[in-house]
Amino acid sequence: MTPQEIHDNLKAKFGDAILEAKMDALQPWIRIAPDAIREVAAFLHDEEAFRFDYLMCLSGVDYNDGNLGVVYHLFSMKHKHKILLRVNCTKENPHIPSVASVWASANWHEREAYDLFGIVFDGHPDLRRILLPYDWEGYPLRKDYKVPEFYNGMKVPY
Amino acid sequence: MQELLTSVLGDTVLVFVVLAAMPLLFILPYALVTIYLEMKISAHMQDRVAYMRTGWHGVLQPVADILKLLQKEDTIHSGADKTLFRIAPFLVFIGSYASFAVLPFSSAYIGADINLGVFYLIAVSSLGVIGILMAGWASNNKWSLIGAVRSVSQIVSYEIPIALSILIAVMITQSLNLQEITRFQEGGLQNWVLFGGPLPLWQKLLLMPFTFVTFVILMIAGIAEVNRVPFDLPEAESELVQGFNTEYSGMKFAIFYLAEFANMFVVSAMTVSLFLGGWSSPFGDFMSGPLWGVFWFVTKGMLFVILQIWIRWTLPRLRVDQLMHISWKVMTPFLFVCIFAVGLILVL
Amino acid sequence: MTENKTLPTEYVTNPDEIKTSIGKTLRTDEMIINMGPQHPSTHGVLRLEVVLDGEIIVDVIPHIGYLHRCFEKHSEHMTNYQQVIPYADRMDYLASMCNDWGYALAVERMLKIEVPERVEYIRVIMAELQRIASHLIAIGTYGIDLGAFTPFLWCFRDRERILDLFEMTCGARLLYNYIWVGGVSHDLPPKFVERAKDFCTYFRPKIKELNDLLSFNEIFIKRTANIGVLPADVAINYGCSGPMLRGSGVNWDLRRDDPYGIYDKLEWEVRVGKGEMGTIGDCWDRYMVRVREMEQSVNLIEQALDKLPEGNVQAAIPKRIRPEVGEMYVRTESPRGELGFYIISDGSTSPYRVKARSPAFVNLSVLPEISRGAMIGDLVAIVGSVDIVLGEVDR
Repeated sequence: MTPQEIHDNLKAKFGDAILEAKMDALQPWIRIAPDAIREVAAFLHDEEAFRFDYLMCLSGVDYNDGNLGVVYHLFSMKHKHKILLRVNCTKENPHIPSVASVWASANWHEREAYDLFGIVFDGHPDLRRILLPYDWEGYPLRKDYKVPEFYNGMKVPY
Repeated sequence: MQELLTSVLGDTVLVFVVLAAMPLLFILPYALVTIYLEMKISAHMQDRVAYMRTGWHGVLQPVADILKLLQKEDTIHSGADKTLFRIAPFLVFIGSYASFAVLPFSSAYIGADINLGVFYLIAVSSLGVIGILMAGWASNNKWSLIGAVRSVSQIVSYEIPIALSILIAVMITQSLNLQEITRFQEGGLQNWVLFGGPLPLWQKLLLMPFTFVTFVILMIAGIAEVNRVPFDLPEAESELVQGFNTEYSGMKFAIFYLAEFANMFVVSAMTVSLFLGGWSSPFGDFMSGPLWGVFWFVTKGMLFVILQIWIRWTLPRLRVDQLMHISWKVMTPFLFVCIFAVGLILVL
Repeated sequence: MTENKTLPTEYVTNPDEIKTSIGKTLRTDEMIINMGPQHPSTHGVLRLEVVLDGEIIVDVIPHIGYLHRCFEKHSEHMTNYQQVIPYADRMDYLASMCNDWGYALAVERMLKIEVPERVEYIRVIMAELQRIASHLIAIGTYGIDLGAFTPFLWCFRDRERILDLFEMTCGARLLYNYIWVGGVSHDLPPKFVERAKDFCTYFRPKIKELNDLLSFNEIFIKRTANIGVLPADVAINYGCSGPMLRGSGVNWDLRRDDPYGIYDKLEWEVRVGKGEMGTIGDCWDRYMVRVREMEQSVNLIEQALDKLPEGNVQAAIPKRIRPEVGEMYVRTESPRGELGFYIISDGSTSPYRVKARSPAFVNLSVLPEISRGAMIGDLVAIVGSVDIVLGEVDR
């Protein structure tokens, strides 16, 4: 399936939840509303025509205009088609439903996005920091991140 | 031996002290040689050369190793049970050292010529188990504890195949005295228990398959008793760092190390005395005599030590339940069949 | 690290108080034991919190992050896309060439530039040599985890030859900074082709020796067959890739199915686990996929060496790298699996966001799933068969 067909099918099924799409970029993407991402993910995973059973990558992004986002790269082993989904949220209210129940690889990827960006995934079975120490404060990969002076008595910037 | 010493030193306790220290005369040089052998054999098997600079081709390296261990700091960490921690290495060493008392080095020398030599050997070599368990518990370290517990189960399970194999050799030689057993096999290669002992040819031919199987099982169970690869779960497993040895350093670790090497020789010597003729020469009368006896005994024993080193660097390690499976479900039934068959053949 | 605030530091009198670091209370016959962070067989600084019932594992909780070196944050501060390449090297330090190539490919696709054919062939040769070197370490350390000390040294002896080849070309043995955006940093030295061909003829019999010593050894098979079975659908759901996925029977290789470079011009086969010694997807299958892949890599190298064209390897290296606004995700097959780079560009000369999707990170997440019910010795075998490199897991 081409990305345009995927977009049309999703638009037909979910209507308003599909906010935006850009098909002529280097990699075509579709933007989904945060509340609907879990249903869209489940639909894309289970539906025979799509069968997106492989989540290649899930990464957080900081768009430097007060918005955070999550980007999902999906792939189908059966039909060999790819699609890119994005979900945006604000820095004040960084909540996105978790898709760990659909793809188990999302479990650790979402923990990493939480760790580095502070995006809280609702419904995640075990949301805690993964790369940084468990009592670290702050979300390093945000563009407005300031390195703390001290961590547990140790001087941080050297 | 005792009479000789009494005539020299008089009837004092000193006689017994010297007698008890005599195996040390063998163990210490043997340990140096075996350390060197292990280092070089493993190196050449792995397509590298080991130490070349300490002495010619590294012959002084074992001395350097011992000196290093002696001058290391002997740490006891604060959570350890201090008394047990200190006693444990010595218990393990006692277990292997006491077995040297009944090993027949030659027709003229055996530490203690008791009529229950074999029985004593099996009993005393189990003393090491208590030492290992003590070491694991006193270290106050979960990994050491797991290693020690596994070691106990391993050594205790492998006592059974060893005892049964010894029983088969005893059935053929009709004695529990190790010196008697070796004398029984005097006279050349064909009289060895491995080939059926000095019995009529038809009996030997019937016995040989069973004695071969028993011999192989005794060799394997011996390696398991000494905690060497492929049975070295209690120590040096990549998951247990050093197992029950982890918290030991310096002199105490040197004692553990020495005890392991001594044990290797005890087990080889036991196999050799029971099945391969001990100190008797394989050529019959040629090259036999009291001093040649020592030569043959030590050579045959070292052959098995080298075999143990060779196996160590070739094979991977067995998991603990696979080890138990081999002992209880493979070796013991085989040995029961062998006992039954050997008994039947001897009666006929 | 002060994360385990719930674990007691003195002896407990009430066993109901013992909890794992994620808050699950233990039964009275269970014990928590920590493998790592310093441990001989976890291949780096990985902490596995294991809940044991005797010798049987009830749960494994991996804790990573001990080697986090902030690759992604650093790459945002680089003034030039080429400057990220040494950082990418250091992610999976045992397979640096493949990391470099993945990143360089992503930037090249964003810039829409074509590299000369000679560069493509050189890249394939280097990547396949690197694949052999990485698999040799995986196999050697796997043997040593299970107690077989000798194959480790044999593997390292063969790896030294490969490192000599790399040193001849770019001067470095482990971290190369060789494959740049648009080309490679140095052309092949004059004797390289001859020495590489010598290596290929030298190496083929060594694989057979390794098989005789380790792969078909009865004890090794008993330790690895039927252990850590990973079913194919679970593997796909968890996003596993590389030998882990192929060991579970899924015939999937990015070099053939999502092609890049000139892999489509060379003849080779994809090796898949078939459950020869046990169930499909056990540790032996994954291990054997790696051994067989090494043979295929030797074939690839020989073919590429024969067909190597002439050309200027630095012709296409751009003076200034300024991609247009956009993003790109490109995945390549590193020895551990699917290595993906997701780069977002905002039109300036430094990247806006670089995300490295490392195969070891995703492969490690499947560890709790496949090791429940195994024994401690099996856990060592399973972790070894996943083939992690902590530099990649933590970035």
